[in-house]
Amino acid sequence: MSADILELNQATIRFGGLTAVSELSLRIGSNELIGLIGPNGAGKTTAFNLITGVYQPTDGEIKFAGKPTAGTKPHDLTKVGIARTFQNIRLFGSLSVFDNVRVATQLHRSQGILDALWRGKGFRSAEKEVERQVLELLDIFDLGKLRDEEAKSLPYGDQRRLEIVRALATKPKLLLLDEPAAGMNPTEKEELMHLIKFIRDKFNIAIMLVEHDMKVVMGICQRIYVLEYGIKIAEGTPDDIQSNPKVIAAYLGTE
Amino acid sequence: MKSADGAKRWLLVGIALAVVASYFTPQFNRYYLGIAIDCGINIILAVSLNLINGHTGQFSLGHAGFMAVGGYTAAKFSLVFEAMVPDSLKPLLFVAALTLGGLIAALAGLGVGVPSLRLKGDYLAIVTLGFGEIIRVVVQNMESVGAASGLKNIPKWTTLGWTFALAAITIYAVASLVNSTYGRGFIAVSDDEVAASSMGINPVRYKVTAFVTGAFFAGIAGGLYAHHKQFLSPTGFDFLKSIDIVVMVILGGMGRTAGVVIAAIILTLLPEFLRQFADYRMIIYSLLIIGLMMARPQGLFTLSFKKKGAASV
Repeated sequence: MSADILELNQATIRFGGLTAVSELSLRIGSNELIGLIGPNGAGKTTAFNLITGVYQPTDGEIKFAGKPTAGTKPHDLTKVGIARTFQNIRLFGSLSVFDNVRVATQLHRSQGILDALWRGKGFRSAEKEVERQVLELLDIFDLGKLRDEEAKSLPYGDQRRLEIVRALATKPKLLLLDEPAAGMNPTEKEELMHLIKFIRDKFNIAIMLVEHDMKVVMGICQRIYVLEYGIKIAEGTPDDIQSNPKVIAAYLGTE
Repeated sequence: MKSADGAKRWLLVGIALAVVASYFTPQFNRYYLGIAIDCGINIILAVSLNLINGHTGQFSLGHAGFMAVGGYTAAKFSLVFEAMVPDSLKPLLFVAALTLGGLIAALAGLGVGVPSLRLKGDYLAIVTLGFGEIIRVVVQNMESVGAASGLKNIPKWTTLGWTFALAAITIYAVASLVNSTYGRGFIAVSDDEVAASSMGINPVRYKVTAFVTGAFFAGIAGGLYAHHKQFLSPTGFDFLKSIDIVVMVILGGMGRTAGVVIAAIILTLLPEFLRQFADYRMIIYSLLIIGLMMARPQGLFTLSFKKKGAASV
């Protein structure tokens, strides 16, 4: 079995008396496309926040690329290779499309405040290189022509795409997508499915997807984890999940 | 600015102009000259506060405090060493005094910033306000800097040339910081801290950097002010002074360097033009500002630069 990029062992988080995620164990291979589903309030986004370091688990352990992540700040986890998008799009609204992606490249650069002040030759060629990389990335996703638009003025679908591109600019090993299909029409969802698969293959990374749209999840994920009330109730291939009585009960209720 | 070289060239042009202007100052009316220097000092204050309030979005009301720290430090330094230094080395002493003032102010910025930048919005504003008041009260009780009666006989070394050369350096520093891949992080932090953090940007470090840099230049402005007025009193650095600077930033359009520079100049000149109204001066001044804010809440000088190349370094 190939090395897992992400591993959760009995990860638990409690907020006061409420256990939002309880003893969640999961693993993601280095080039896998995984789905995390569950009814509203099941703890999917909380699980994301645990993985990205926004919350620290009360119990249990999270390992990224073999190393425990406990105590690591979100921005440092991004440096080792975890990138994410947000359920409610969080772009840098007042920055241009180009700059949104540009700031995400800073973490792998050594040019800091003094270089920016001195503006020597090394700094300028490094900035040129960043510009080239950003434009290349924007062009892959057809956002090149929008480079100077203010991010908040983009149409909804483009904002979603830009958020993914921005996450990719941090050169992640694992990309977490929080409800990328939310608010999209069927055609856009179709495009999104292609896009996600394309990203996985082109950048050779692992992707974990939280999504409500079953067609999207079943259509592209290799394996799926199902949460209900913070507890993992099922895992397996899309076919297994679709026929799992517990999952059906969680979504539709029982007689 | 098309290239980085261009940015530096503008800086040199600015400094050269300041030096040339300085050469002609003996022919200027002393009153106008004084106001011109006030303009330069206010430009430094407003542009440096703009890095904190405008670009990084951290509402600070402590800028007068940093200015006081820098001003008193520089003035005291000059007073102590003035007699020991021959006239030919006085400019060097002045530079040393200003730099020291800036550095101590930056240190104060670090001291205030590290604990308080966990706070946001109103709470941060209150903490920085408190800091400004603490500085004022401490100075008021320090006999070594004249306490409540003020620090007198500070050598008059601030000239138009020094002021505008330093204003040019401030503008250059803030503009070139923000116009870099690194510096876009300031705006990212201002737009959305959570998202910035998930893009590998350390929000705390960025905020502290903005704070310290802003405080440094406020300290320099304080030093210039001290050697311009030749007299420092704690009441000159009260809460209202901080508000004045904040108004310049808001009126200029948060995060717009050019707008903030223009606003700093207008708000320095306006009270002078209103002198003829004597007692009603500050009322008219306030009404004008309210009027301006109602007419253009986004700032006087915010224009859309959308179509311009966003990648200009």
